[in-house]
Amino acid sequence: MEAHSATASATRAGIRLPWVGAGLGRGTVVLYLSLIVLLPLAALVSQSFEGGLSTFWTQVTSPQAVRSLELTVVASLIVVAINAVFGTVIAWILVRDDFPGKAAVNAVIDLPFALPTIVASLTLLALYGHESPVGIDIGLTRTAVVVALLFVTLPFVVRAVQPLLIEMDREMEEAAASLGASGFTVFRRIIFPNLLPGLAAGVALAFARALGEFGSVLIFAGGLPDTQVSSVFIRTQIESGNDTGAAAVSVVLLVASLLLLAVIGLIQRWGNRHERSAAAGLTVMPMSGEDFTEKGGEDGDR
Amino acid sequence: MGTASGTRSRWGLRTLGLGYLALLLLAPLVMIFYKTFENGLAPPLEAITSADGLHALQLSLLMVAIAVPLNTIFGVGCALLLVRHKWKGNSVIDAVINLPFAISPVVIGLSLFLLYGTKGWLGPTLSEAGIEILFSVPGMVIASVFVSLPFVVRETVPVLQEIGTEQEQAASTLGANAWQTFWRVTLPAIRWGVAYGVVLTTARVLGEFGAVSIVSGSRSGETETLPLFVQKQFDNFNTAGAYGASVLLAVLALTTLLAMNVLKRKEDA
Repeated sequence: MEAHSATASATRAGIRLPWVGAGLGRGTVVLYLSLIVLLPLAALVSQSFEGGLSTFWTQVTSPQAVRSLELTVVASLIVVAINAVFGTVIAWILVRDDFPGKAAVNAVIDLPFALPTIVASLTLLALYGHESPVGIDIGLTRTAVVVALLFVTLPFVVRAVQPLLIEMDREMEEAAASLGASGFTVFRRIIFPNLLPGLAAGVALAFARALGEFGSVLIFAGGLPDTQVSSVFIRTQIESGNDTGAAAVSVVLLVASLLLLAVIGLIQRWGNRHERSAAAGLTVMPMSGEDFTEKGGEDGDR
Repeated sequence: MGTASGTRSRWGLRTLGLGYLALLLLAPLVMIFYKTFENGLAPPLEAITSADGLHALQLSLLMVAIAVPLNTIFGVGCALLLVRHKWKGNSVIDAVINLPFAISPVVIGLSLFLLYGTKGWLGPTLSEAGIEILFSVPGMVIASVFVSLPFVVRETVPVLQEIGTEQEQAASTLGANAWQTFWRVTLPAIRWGVAYGVVLTTARVLGEFGAVSIVSGSRSGETETLPLFVQKQFDNFNTAGAYGASVLLAVLALTTLLAMNVLKRKEDA
């Protein structure tokens, strides 16, 4: 009996990393992540505080740095608000509506993920710049910053809301409608609350992306003092040899990224409690909402 | 619900959504092709087949050839560890893997620039050993690996969780060792998920601009990938060159979209 259960527990966990023990595998993963990701980021933080806290503060609060941070945050907020609305509308027509070419439309949603950002910037300038064939000239303005960010962040909300709409139980809506609720009331009271975890996750991901975006803004909005987002500002500081200033503003962006990742983690845990993974259908930034420490399969080191 | 107002709101939403997509996605896409071939095939072709253009293409492919296999092997191994081996540190590993998604490419580029620079922690030592990272290919490879690190892990983890361990148990009961089980049972079961991650990794490496531009120094014919080539040509007022390379990248992006759709369908099937 004892021998039997020993065999069972040896195989129950399925495959482990072949040819190496979990310990060696773990060591490799930790080393890889440390060398590629953590060590460079540590160097960045260290550089930003090279002149002490006061230098860091002076750099972050220099007028041009503040201006770029303000523009970045305000533009990002506008962008996620617009894409929250349009993203939900697009997800809705992709799930609930039917029209010729729907599959193609669904496929093209991910274009901003696949198209290099510098190419996006170039074509947006050709389309909505001073040589615009449609007579809209917003090139090298703050509006261009917003449009460029709208382009690159478009897929996030669509892809976060879409799976929730697909899975949504329509009986509730029908029940509400049969009880006399108007279309708007059904949306507000039944559909919207169900979409909220996905919408929130999509918005947070889009916001993180917008805060750090560089390539798509570069050519279209230019690097004028008035249209300089933080990433472009950082670039100019590197070019003028102000490593500490570049690093200081970078640390501000880095902290914002970390906070947003934490928020996304919380949203997903909340979404999972609603029995659905908030970002299950995200194609490019799917985060696992799993808590690996609690249910990661069998322990390999017993 | 075939009411008149229902039909009207349906058409309203459809127009709104599709109109937005047309202005924001479709028009730019059409524009790349229009601008490129405005003056015929010759100018863009000339730009891509120029010595610098060809070198940029080669260098972009080299980035893919190094970064994609590295991150694929790392990704599958890491996903196996996260899903199948319970460990306290797993949630930390999981969090660190997400970092490249959220951090600005410029911040990533600057971090590498500072670490491997002349005053950095590693720069001087490596320099003495004759290894130059910054403003040369190794630095660009590291930047590419950094930005594209999460995709394979993120795509493989959910598939691994879904397939469970029954088949693997059966294989090992029948006497297969771990290595055989991995190749014959696990990998075939997760292959579409992994392939999807590989496609995303490739697209990201090909298109990466910000991080690579900071660590490469963008020297034409030496440390210039296709996206850097696009910007250089634009800055030099050679729009034909910029569009020639852009169209190449756009075609690769469309191929990526196609591959994503095919793979998603296989994964769901």
